Amino acid sequence: MSVLDSKVPKGPIKDKWSNYKDHINLVNPANKRNIDVIVVGTGLAGGSAAATLAELGYNVKAFAYQDSPRRAHSIAAQGGINAAKNYQGDGDSTYRLFYDTVKGGDYRSREANVYRLAEVSANIIDQCVAQGVPFARDYGGLLDNRSFGGVLVSRTFYAKGQTGQQLLLGAYSAMNRQIARGKIEMFNRHEMLDVVLVDGKARGIITRNLITGEIERHSAHAVVIGTGGYGNVYFLSTNAMGSNATAAWKIHKKGAFFANPCYTQIHPTCIPRSGDYQSKLTLMSESLRNDGRIWVPAKIEDAKAIQQGKLKPTQIAEADRDYYLERRYPAFGNLVPRDVASRAAKERCDAGFGVNATGEAVYLDFAAAINRYGKEQAKIQGISNPSEAKVYELGQAIVEAKYGNLFQMYEKIVDENPYKTPMMIYPATHYTMGGVWVDYNLMTTVPGLYCIGEANFSDHGANRLGASALMQGLADGYFVLPYTIGDYLSDDIRTGKIPTDTPEFDEVEKAVKDKIDFFLNNDGTKSVDHFHKRLGKVMWEKVGMSRNAKGLTEAMAEIKAIREEFWKEVKVPGSGNEMNLELEKAGRVADFLELGELFAKDALVREESCGGHFREESAETDGPQKGEAKRNDKDFAFVSAWEYKGEPADAILHKEELEFNDIELKQRSYK
Amino acid sequence: MNLTLKIWRQKDSKTKGQMVDYKVTDISEHMSFLEMMDVLNEQLVNSGDEPIAFDHDCREGICGMCSMYINGEAHGPDRGVTTCQLHMRMFKDGDTITIEPWRAKAFPVIKDLVVDRMSFERIQQAGAYISVNTSGNTQDANSLPISKHAADEAMDAATCIGCGACVATCKNSSAMLFVGAKVSQYALLPQGQVEAVDRVKNMVAQMDLEGFGNCTNTGACEIECPKGISLENIARMNREFLKASLKG
Ligand SMILES: Cc1cc2nc3c(=O)[nH]c(=O)nc-3n(C[C@H](O)[C@H](O)[C@H](O)COP(=O)(O)OP(=O)(O)OC[C@H]3O[C@@H](n4cnc5c(N)ncnc54)[C@H](O)[C@@H]3O)c2cc1C
Ligand code: SF4
Ligand code: FES
Repeated sequence: MSVLDSKVPKGPIKDKWSNYKDHINLVNPANKRNIDVIVVGTGLAGGSAAATLAELGYNVKAFAYQDSPRRAHSIAAQGGINAAKNYQGDGDSTYRLFYDTVKGGDYRSREANVYRLAEVSANIIDQCVAQGVPFARDYGGLLDNRSFGGVLVSRTFYAKGQTGQQLLLGAYSAMNRQIARGKIEMFNRHEMLDVVLVDGKARGIITRNLITGEIERHSAHAVVIGTGGYGNVYFLSTNAMGSNATAAWKIHKKGAFFANPCYTQIHPTCIPRSGDYQSKLTLMSESLRNDGRIWVPAKIEDAKAIQQGKLKPTQIAEADRDYYLERRYPAFGNLVPRDVASRAAKERCDAGFGVNATGEAVYLDFAAAINRYGKEQAKIQGISNPSEAKVYELGQAIVEAKYGNLFQMYEKIVDENPYKTPMMIYPATHYTMGGVWVDYNLMTTVPGLYCIGEANFSDHGANRLGASALMQGLADGYFVLPYTIGDYLSDDIRTGKIPTDTPEFDEVEKAVKDKIDFFLNNDGTKSVDHFHKRLGKVMWEKVGMSRNAKGLTEAMAEIKAIREEFWKEVKVPGSGNEMNLELEKAGRVADFLELGELFAKDALVREESCGGHFREESAETDGPQKGEAKRNDKDFAFVSAWEYKGEPADAILHKEELEFNDIELKQRSYK
Repeated sequence: MNLTLKIWRQKDSKTKGQMVDYKVTDISEHMSFLEMMDVLNEQLVNSGDEPIAFDHDCREGICGMCSMYINGEAHGPDRGVTTCQLHMRMFKDGDTITIEPWRAKAFPVIKDLVVDRMSFERIQQAGAYISVNTSGNTQDANSLPISKHAADEAMDAATCIGCGACVATCKNSSAMLFVGAKVSQYALLPQGQVEAVDRVKNMVAQMDLEGFGNCTNTGACEIECPKGISLENIARMNREFLKASLKG
């Protein structure tokens, strides 16, 4: 048997969570006052966890590298959050959300976790409304919904194009209330650089104060990691510049298994890159696929003319456009899941039909939506025979009300008016389904060490559906971890404060300091970004949207070589006892250089296509699904959990076999 | 294009700072302002100098980290954008660009262009929340209909990213636009009513404690605010404050 124990409770799936809650150990309020919990990260996951644990009475220490918890990258989420409220009466239910998520994840997630997620989803919306989150409403004053990819119901709640911002401000306000009460001690501009284990249990962390450079020790009875995803391993992604894998990777090196690193989401609707100086990519929310139609020219000569700037998209007749998603997937059309949409865009662009100078872009067109809404409005407003201009004006107003901030963002970056000419989009790295392995309790393979939000390997299997990350982050933080951690901490009521003047802390702190000294004294010749960009290029080309054994083997060797050169040649100016942004980056890139190799290794071992992981060797060769990804349930229905053994290439694979009792395994079809 | 940059350099909060000149060449008009700064920093690192410290994270105008005072304007010459969304097409070959940190007593400089905005944190801790536990035992979200108009207006106020451009722009370094937006978000929603009196009083008291200046209705903040937060929010906060004072 595997050393992995998922600790999924017994019983029928719909009773598991309530039975579990009824039978766990609780910590009484007086004892909670004697228990400290460290929460690293203040995004939706960490922020909601910190606030809830403090409300329950634990002493919480929370950490973020930004200057305020509210600036965590969750702030950038645009489109929305799912919940099985069935407010639209369109047949939604807990089961359906559960089913869609497992199917969307291409049957590579743990059923029991996903069911629990679907179960608590409705509570999230209640909670957020009570906190004052200004979700969009209809004219009757009730909450509005929209649809996201991969589903046939409208279950996504949103606050304009700034849902993540509003949800995070909600969690942040709950944190502020606890900071004011002294129940959360907030450490802004602090970066966790390692975890400290005492007798095999997580009992503290070592941090660097990013203003003074001071290395600090913090102890607690349990440590929670909610530090987000590792998409920046690609250098270019939609993540924030500071998003990093350091906390997750450091705990991996201390015994936490790392699961499914190769499951990465390449999001189909991002603004294409424009030049080598590019520092990050910008997402255009998936919600745009509710109304935008994706196309490329049907004729190769039109595509060439567009690439050379000789033809404009608006000059191409309707009949000469290839709405390839509608063509290939009539049932879901433009709302197929992200992995499918991204590969379809790549397929068209690889075939030469891309629409900007680089040939790496497709159109997202709102003309039809503007026309449709315009006509509808004209009718509502009783305007008979409206002119084309009037229809356009009315339609534009509706589109603007729905997506105004996204259109503005696009125009600021690309310098083109997306109301007048179609947007150009291309896939970009966006989210990482892989992450630290956790059991049903969200505990890692290290006792007392928890991992929540995007940082864990989570509930999304091999592909996350839109609007499900926000749901998972808040579910973990508000509703799951507060129960499961109590069960663990009930053993610690007599432990007393964990001292920091112990050999365990000495040792880890020394290692952290030595590493910093190494960087500052290394006298290399190349900047940190130089290496990060090279790593990103290998990742994108060989471990990107489409992968094969040869490319992956090369990638492992190339990443290793870059890593070795990095340690010889990296140059970090400045000193350690001050704000030093290059030093911060150096530590993060060092970890990406290890994670990247494990990522490629994981992709190599998984000789099947599933979700965001597409192996060219594993595609349907004929029939109606020709060219589509081919999953191999017989050999690969497991979670890959990697144990650290020094070099990333030496990591040991442990398998958590996935059981599907409530959902039948099927080929995912969106046709 | 080729540009001359005059940038504020300051080692730490205790050391005096000064403007230093730099040159950058071959800047593309499609670059963002921060990508131009990346080019300069790469240049500095390669020549063994310390790069310029500046705050930034999301680079898409939502986290509120970036904060540069460019040619005498918070977030630079474009309107409705943060520094990270400013593009080089707003400048032309041969330009000299002056780059400074936010300047306000309540925002001390930490290093170069990075300032300390903890004063904003403390103002929010003073009352920018609704005292409801995150237990999940709240009532069904739709049991409390809220007019679309109120919800939209609350949303407009809630889009404030807490960047501090309003303070940096104001000749009095007043934080009224920021605090007005925070107070308004709750004042516009039924959930915010229960604690309305204490909220506005405590937040305004904290704002005064932090050393922000008074508002003299110049309106510069509204013009420079990247998120279009309107002066109406200040008026609303004043009304809330008056109401709260009358209630004692
Ligand atoms: C542009 C964009 C749009 C998105 N839109 C949607 C959407 O519409 N719907 C949806 O469901 N999902 C969306 N997602 C995904 C979703 O936003 C994220 O997966 C989710 O917000 C992650 O939350 P988190 O709490 O796990 O991590 P984050 O929000 O990334 O927070 C990480 C936290 O960890 C801290 N941290 C990191 N490293 C350290 C360290 N070493 N030491 C100390 N602190 C550290 C950071 O300071 C931060 O507080 C989007 C993602 C992006 C990038
Ligand atoms: S009101 Fe505007 S300028 Fe002031 S902090 Fe908020 S977003 Fe920034
Ligand atoms: S970097 Fe986030 S708003 Fe500019």
